[in-house]
Amino acid sequence: MTGTNGTDDFVVFDQVQKSYDGETLVVKNLNLSIAKGEFLTMLGPSGSGKTTCLMMLAGFETSTHGEIRLGGKPINNIPPHKRGIGMVFQNYALFPHMTVAENLAFPLQVRKMSKAVTREKVAKALDMVQMGEFGDRRPSQLSGGQQQRVALARALVFEPELVLMDEPLGALDKQLREHMQYEIKHLHERLGVTVVYVTHDQSEALTMSDRIAVFDDGVIQQLAAPSVLYEKPENAFVASFIGENNKLRANVDTVSDGVAHVTIDSGDKVQALAVNCGQNGNTMLSIRPERVLLSADAPNRLEGKVLELIYLGDHIRCRMAVAGHDEFIVKVPNSSDHAALNVGETCSVGWLTEDCRALDAA
Amino acid sequence: MADVTLQTGTAHNSTASGALLAADGTPLKKKLRQALAVSRRRAFLLVAPLLLFILASFAIPILLLLVQGVKDDTFSSIMPETTVVLSEWDANSEPTEDMAAALVADLISARAIDRSLPTKVGTRVNREVSGAISLFKKTTRKAAKMEAPFLAELHKTDKKWKDINYWRAMKIASKTITPAYYAAAVDKKYLADGSFTDQPEDRQIYVSLFLKTILVSGGVMLACILLGFPVAYLLAHLPSRKANLLMIFVLLPFWTSLLVRTTAWIAMLQSAGVLNDLFVWVGITSDDQRFSMIYNMTGTIIAMTHILLPFMILPIYSVMKAIPPSHVRAAKSLGATNWTAFWRVYFPATIPGIGAGGLLVFILAIGYYITPALVGGQDGQLISNFIAYHMQKSLNWSLAAALGGILLVLVLILYWLYDKIVGIDNMKLG
Ligand SMILES: Nc1ncnc2c1ncn2[C@@H]1O[C@H](COP(=O)(O)OP(=O)(O)O)[C@@H](O)[C@H]1O
Ligand SMILES: [Mg+2]
Repeated sequence: MTGTNGTDDFVVFDQVQKSYDGETLVVKNLNLSIAKGEFLTMLGPSGSGKTTCLMMLAGFETSTHGEIRLGGKPINNIPPHKRGIGMVFQNYALFPHMTVAENLAFPLQVRKMSKAVTREKVAKALDMVQMGEFGDRRPSQLSGGQQQRVALARALVFEPELVLMDEPLGALDKQLREHMQYEIKHLHERLGVTVVYVTHDQSEALTMSDRIAVFDDGVIQQLAAPSVLYEKPENAFVASFIGENNKLRANVDTVSDGVAHVTIDSGDKVQALAVNCGQNGNTMLSIRPERVLLSADAPNRLEGKVLELIYLGDHIRCRMAVAGHDEFIVKVPNSSDHAALNVGETCSVGWLTEDCRALDAA
Repeated sequence: MADVTLQTGTAHNSTASGALLAADGTPLKKKLRQALAVSRRRAFLLVAPLLLFILASFAIPILLLLVQGVKDDTFSSIMPETTVVLSEWDANSEPTEDMAAALVADLISARAIDRSLPTKVGTRVNREVSGAISLFKKTTRKAAKMEAPFLAELHKTDKKWKDINYWRAMKIASKTITPAYYAAAVDKKYLADGSFTDQPEDRQIYVSLFLKTILVSGGVMLACILLGFPVAYLLAHLPSRKANLLMIFVLLPFWTSLLVRTTAWIAMLQSAGVLNDLFVWVGITSDDQRFSMIYNMTGTIIAMTHILLPFMILPIYSVMKAIPPSHVRAAKSLGATNWTAFWRVYFPATIPGIGAGGLLVFILAIGYYITPALVGGQDGQLISNFIAYHMQKSLNWSLAAALGGILLVLVLILYWLYDKIVGIDNMKLG
């Protein structure tokens, strides 16, 4: 490809905006670069504009403003069928009047490939998704998972460099979904295609992606690798959308050396890592439940009252009232020396300053 | 049978043969049947009124119609003795004295019951050979005074009795169960010796009429598909507010009387009508060469297409509405141009709707009566108009029934063909 600045720009959204009705922006000033061979997931709640972005990339919607580039070339004026982008839809979109093999042959036939080549490629693609024996079936004679595999094979059979998937596993049951996640991930690793994947399921995104773009309200809230997203969320939305998270409202007193000294609404003074909280004003403290310390000598100690205990085998889930907030969750590992907790008792709750992130107050 | 029932408090109650028993000892299968019988009876009672209605208004009339097409006892009921004697005659040898005697005796006794009966018989025989009505009137008048030998007397009364064709005609008419009407309905003539021959050239109208009816119905169906498909597409793909408005225009014809619509076409198409005025004004034609678009086949086809169009649009629309937009998008993302995506992915998915609409329009068109009757003029008449004619004017109900029977068979064949080609399960009516 004729990349102009590095490898990080196979797909580029450059200040893209989209409005359907001329009144509200569904996508607000989107800037996103996707590297060749990357598995990028757009993650966000329903209605946050993920599908719209994907449709603009595929060519089924036009952007209201901005430019989308594929391999360095603007594609705003290229019709969908000339973009050469593979696509997997949520309802699979297999053509019901064609057999599985005919479905796979379709993209090759419209590219005027010879019969022999077509047959060979179809067979290869079907084998790739372990559906070799099902070529003569109709899509309606397949289970959901099998249809999904065929749809995947169809999107890959013409060897596109970019494949888009819009909640492709949404209709499958949990077990099959997890299985398919690994299959898609392995296919991606083997073929090296660039994948843009849309989902609202955070665990799916964490499992599969190289990088995740967290969408909310038409804006990318954070774009990072899964581990970074989980451990270093940059704002309150990302912190609460990905993984479990305890939130405490607080007011910033001072910030020094990247550490925020804050006063919680209950009046206690504690410290947190200053991430996105400004110099003073309101902030939201975010602590992961597994990072809460229950020892009496922990820093940033607060008083907590045990409200509920749930035994989960490998850990004990403890709901507490802390600083007037009674949904404070603590995960206590089921180790031999874990603290003895009883409902109704009080104990001290604390955290390491670097485990508690002071985020925007939203 | 349950002599060895084991009542040991185990989970299964069973006979020695292994059949399961219910708690009270009756076999489980029987018990289940009893339980189901109640609900089956209730279901039957619920549909019984409709069933009776359909039976009375649809099934029985059709059955009667089919019977009427092959049954005619006008002659045999009024002329019982002649019928018996004629049935033994081979239709080639000279008429015998026995036949003449039976004829005279029957005529006398029929006239005694009702003066009009011999004329009825004459009318029936007249369908086979012309001149029979006057012959029978004349003969009946003189019959009372006739004496043996009757054959000679008949010859004296009217020379026509020497013509064997009148006797043959009587033999044909005397058959209670007769293929004569079905034969007539396909332009064949049933002969006294049991064989068939073609009708004379100038009376061969029904086969060509059936063909014409099928052609016109096919034409109307095609026109409906061509006109209806784009409208259905618009309906299915416009934003809902505009689609609703369009839907009202499609359904409007359903809310106006058929007669009003048909007469509206007369106002539009007649030679002093709106369209011709427009053509003259625009200069497509001159004032003395106005197109004749009504009271002929053109008028029939235009008006029928308009009237049957909704029956085509609605099934196609409902099928299109159910096609996921992602299918066409998938096709395009796979590299298909707009046309290829339409032709290879979208269009095949609409075929059940086109099939259903096509079958519906064709079947409605093949039996359409009122529109051709009103705007068809001379050459725009279809088979149904002739059926009506034989029901109302010529009172040849058996021929009407035979024509109707053939129409029914045609429709059934179509239905069968459709099932073979498209599959009835694939049909989507709405
Ligand atoms: N074709 C459309 N016309 C008008 N509004 C639309 C259309 N498609 C999506 N929207 C609106 O755009 C917003 C984002 O939708 P979408 O991109 O589908 O979100 P997501 O895929 O993240 O759930 C939603 O508020 C939705 O109502
Ligand atoms: Mg979506």
